[in-house]
Formats: sequence, C-alpha cells, structure tokens
Amino acid sequence: MEITARALWTLLHGLGFGALYLLACSGALVELYRSTASSASSESTPARERFLKTYLLTMTVLAWAAVLTGAYVIYPWYRAAPLPGTTDLSLFPQHLLMSTSATSRWHSLGMEWKEHVAWLAPISITMVTFVFIRYGRSLKDHPQLRSAVLTFAVASFVAAGIAGFFGAMINKYAPVQGGHTIQLRTGVEK
Amino acid sequence: MSLQNSAPSPSAPALTNGSGAAAVVAAGIGAFALAVLACASDKLAAFKNGLVFYKPTGPLSGVTTSAILIWLLSWAILEWRWRNETVRIGRVSAIALALLGLSLLLTFPPVVDVF
Repeated sequence: MEITARALWTLLHGLGFGALYLLACSGALVELYRSTASSASSESTPARERFLKTYLLTMTVLAWAAVLTGAYVIYPWYRAAPLPGTTDLSLFPQHLLMSTSATSRWHSLGMEWKEHVAWLAPISITMVTFVFIRYGRSLKDHPQLRSAVLTFAVASFVAAGIAGFFGAMINKYAPVQGGHTIQLRTGVEK
Repeated sequence: MSLQNSAPSPSAPALTNGSGAAAVVAAGIGAFALAVLACASDKLAAFKNGLVFYKPTGPLSGVTTSAILIWLLSWAILEWRWRNETVRIGRVSAIALALLGLSLLLTFPPVVDVF
C-alpha cells in the first residue's frame, strides 16, 4: 500500500482542508443563524457562543490552508509545462486536459473558475469570524449587519463548493501524480 | 463620509455597527479586487507578466497576493475610520453584497470571455 507525495498533498488539500471546510459550513450556517436570531436569547449561552467562535476560527484556518496549499503546492505541479516532444502527459495535468477536446473544458472552465473563486471562501469566512468574535450574540441587535454576514457565509460555502466540485472532477480526469513514493504498508504476497 | 450617521439614536445598541460594517465592506472590496485582477490578468499580457510574484504558481500568485493586500488595507482604513461610528448599514451592506455578487460573476470564465 503506497501513495506518491503529490497524491498525498492533493489528498490533504482536497479532503483534509477543503472537504472538512465544506462539511463545517453547513453547521456554521445553522448555528450562526440560530445564535443571532432575535428569539435566540433564551437558548444561547456564553459556552455555546465560545464554541461557535472556536468553530469559526477553525474554519478560517481550514479555508486558508486549502487555498494556500492549492495555489502554492499543488497548482505548480498541475500547470507544469512538458518539454517539447513529450508524449506521455500524465505528469502534466493541465496539458493532459488540454490535449483533447473531450477534457479541455475541465481546465478552461473548471480550473480557470476554481483557481479564483476559491479565494472568496477564506476572505468571506475571515470576515464572518471577525464580526462574530466582535459582536457575539449582540449581532442580533444589528439585523442588517447580521444579514450581510450570513450572506457572505453562504457565498463562502458556494465558492468552496464550486472549487471542491471542480477539484474532484479535474483530479479524476487528470490526477496530480509523481514525486517520491511513500510506503504506507507492506503487503504479504500470497 | 456620507455613509456615517453622526448622531446615533438613543435606542441604538451599545456596540456600534461601524466595526462590523468596515469588515463587511472590506470583504466586498477584497473579493471584487480579486475578480478584477483575475479578469485583467486574463486579458492583458503585460499585466499578467507583472503579476508573476512566484514563478511556479504564475500570475495567480500576484492576483491573489494583491487582492489580499487591497482587502487588508481597505479593512484597516475603514476600521480606523468607522470603529466607533454608527454607519448607514443598509447602504454599506448593499455595496458590499453588490461587490460580492460582481466578484462571483467576474470569476466565471464565460463572463470574463465577454470582455
């Protein structure tokens, strides 16, 4: 059982940070909505508020970790240019996708959209976290501010969803491969 | 600034909305800056080359780093100006959400191809 270093980084970026962020989004949206609703005063407690602040901070770290590993670790492998005359493009995912019309849109639409829209997620969730830490439950006293914050939280979810979807699909058609091989477990021959 | 209300109403909450408004509108500015820079780097070759801050990542490094700097700088300035103010949050939110909507639109490649 083995995995290449590049595949491990991709796994960490997509599943470790990206997918975990997407999973956390639904919980954050519900809890943000509930804890700052005008009728929330009776059920919200300081401990619950503290929990949500920690939860949002963790999400912020996940969002930044996802885009930074994506842009500075995996993307250089994805966009690497092959030497002229190279016929095996398996180590050059962007060029592999662009080599046939059946897959070229995964790059020209999918990656081109993903590489930019993904950054709206950390920008938005950082703002959401800051505002909730600053205002806490008193955000319910500022209904218009609360609505704007919730809209940005939804936008963050949507942006991460678009990036996650295209990331998964691109990795299906042109996976990032190569690097040294990491042996996870040695099998026994039968 | 016309977005500020110098005299908050007596029933206003203890914490003014200025700090939150600054964060919201700065996020809108940051998102919009990202989309405009991405769009410009796609259309203008010279601009694209100038945005290569880290060669392996290409112009994406410059687009995102510049957008983040614009976002943080605008946030710092707005926070400094509005921290203890009560601003017209309806108008500020509308501007921020319009910028967010435009940035979502401008990052979509078929829309970029229109320009």
